[in-house]
Amino acid sequence: MVQLPPLTSGKAGKLFSRVAESLLAVAVGLLGGAILMLLYGYDVPTAYRALFLGAFGDLSGFLETLAFATPLIMTGLTFGVALRSGLFNVGAEGQMYMGAIGAVIIGGRLSLPPILHVILATIFAMVLGALWSLPAALLKISRGVHEVVSTIMLNWVSFWLVTYLITYQLADPARAERAVPAQETARYIVIGSSLTTVFPVVIAVALAIYFILWRTTIGYELRIVGYNQDAARYAGISIPRSFIISFIIGGVMAGLAGASQVIGRPPHWTVFATMGNLINLGFEGIGVSLIGRNHPIGIIFASIFYGGLLHGGRFMEFEAGVASELVRAINGIIIIALAVPGALEIVRRILRRRETVHGT
Amino acid sequence: MARKPFVGRRPFWLIVGSAAIAITIYGLYLAGMRPARLIESGLLAMTPLALAAVGEVINERSGQINIGIEGIFLISAVAGVYWAEVSNSGLLGVIVGGAFGGMVGAILGLLNTYGRAEQVIAGMALNIMASGLFQYLLMAIWAFPGIHIFPRQLVIPRVTIPIPGGGELAISPITLAAIAITILATLMLYRTLLGLRIRAAGEKPEAVDVAGLSVNRIRILSSILAGFLAGLGGAFMPLGWFGGLVKEITAGRGFIALAAVVFSGLNPMTALAATFIFGFAEGVAFTVVVTPGVKEAVPFHFIQMIPYILTIAILAIFAASRRFPRALGKPYVRE
Repeated sequence: MVQLPPLTSGKAGKLFSRVAESLLAVAVGLLGGAILMLLYGYDVPTAYRALFLGAFGDLSGFLETLAFATPLIMTGLTFGVALRSGLFNVGAEGQMYMGAIGAVIIGGRLSLPPILHVILATIFAMVLGALWSLPAALLKISRGVHEVVSTIMLNWVSFWLVTYLITYQLADPARAERAVPAQETARYIVIGSSLTTVFPVVIAVALAIYFILWRTTIGYELRIVGYNQDAARYAGISIPRSFIISFIIGGVMAGLAGASQVIGRPPHWTVFATMGNLINLGFEGIGVSLIGRNHPIGIIFASIFYGGLLHGGRFMEFEAGVASELVRAINGIIIIALAVPGALEIVRRILRRRETVHGT
Repeated sequence: MARKPFVGRRPFWLIVGSAAIAITIYGLYLAGMRPARLIESGLLAMTPLALAAVGEVINERSGQINIGIEGIFLISAVAGVYWAEVSNSGLLGVIVGGAFGGMVGAILGLLNTYGRAEQVIAGMALNIMASGLFQYLLMAIWAFPGIHIFPRQLVIPRVTIPIPGGGELAISPITLAAIAITILATLMLYRTLLGLRIRAAGEKPEAVDVAGLSVNRIRILSSILAGFLAGLGGAFMPLGWFGGLVKEITAGRGFIALAAVVFSGLNPMTALAATFIFGFAEGVAFTVVVTPGVKEAVPFHFIQMIPYILTIAILAIFAASRRFPRALGKPYVRE
């Protein structure tokens, strides 16, 4: 019989248990996707084979998967860092739009020397993302406005503001449906497929977040606030300060996610008025963060998995005719499974019951 | 726990809001727009918000929070339109949409109670799942990406009501139903045993348990009711209002309904008034966008922002002064 270790048996057992929970949730999600496909008579094995072979089957596919994972690592951290401080920051979407438009402004409109141009465009994107995250944090602290509602509203304001800027202020004279592309000097170097050097930058940033959260006072305070606000207050930690810091970190991450889609993603190096290359990447970060257990290292792996689903989804659509948006439904099912803490316990109870039935 | 029924705790602000609407209508009337059309579009935009908000008031009273209204809107919109086409009746479509909403509500209720789910995350997950499912179903059912237009005769016809001072208003029967449901929900919450039990499940679940009733069952029932009402609202959007399905059909309305719930301090009548204010803002935005003279001067992008900015502003003014059930968002575990 399968023997699962108890939830609390040292560090290794805990890690095993966390990974097992994530894998179980992923399995539930894929099963849910299969059921949805069966309901409408799609060929499930063909669809899933196309999906996984397309995403992980060869080197160019895998590089493309990493390119899809790049923004997800960042938007996943936006949600993950906020959740570590006890907040639900679902504003990565809007903050990412602001970051993207920031990268377009510096990357497309200014002329600067090569390396400086990339750095400046990236930093400006991060600053805009952080600025867009501030209203929600300040409203939370001063007026008690729930951050889920305020960040969603700000997402929509950002959506209309950025589409306005693309259409009226930054439109490409050659092609009016998109903003001016980033100049050669503002682009990250292409590694292969559409993966660029923004990927290692993103990985480095994720590791830096790990360092901040677990090796600095700021990160320690932030996690205590998320763990127990009363204890934090008793220890003299400023809760509003921790909230603001976690939102600013999140905004910086989301801003970088937006920049990565403009100056770090061939072939267009820009945003379209429909924002097709940005939409939903912020929300998908929520699922990525939860699959990765809100841990920077976990988020990197979860992003690569989910980036694979996004990239492979196109093969699934091509070969089995299944709309690639099904991938997002699978993501939702995975998150629901992860939101239920009893899930693994229930499975364990069923296994145990079966064991006793066999035993008697 | 005794709260004044029918009259909101802040009638003053409702008077200010009504005055603001009256002044806006007068101003737009001077600018050459017809106030009746504005109220009509305001009432249309109010309807899904009001249905969902009243449901969510009941849900939160019972101690649960559902962030996934947006997701229920999307799922029931597809289900409603599909059934309307099969049965050739828009009204039946709306009811089936409600039934699907109720089913989603039942699942959420089970997760919240027996699954002890983290409710905000489950709700966000529902939104993400539904936005993917919506587009998947559009392809799977109608084999066309992102948009579906159904025959015009399926749109529920509006009834005309004469208004004082001449003229008439065309109102959807679903809007009238939403207003009736709000009144019934108020009576149910404050005047019936079930209402008392629902409020107790949110405020003092231990007491409900000691009285020999199941907190979990009361909460699941509330969640089904809330899902059903949100589902009616979701199916109303294509079948009573837009006349088609597009992937942006909800556009954050599920969260605007949530904002109305917060504003109301969990009073159904106040929630209805709040959704009218939000709906009216949207109606004005819609009307202004197509008004000659205005549409050239102001890019419609900025007018589209109005409902969202208004929502944030109203929450910033009121959210802090609202009191919520003690056990809101916490699964009940017997000690």
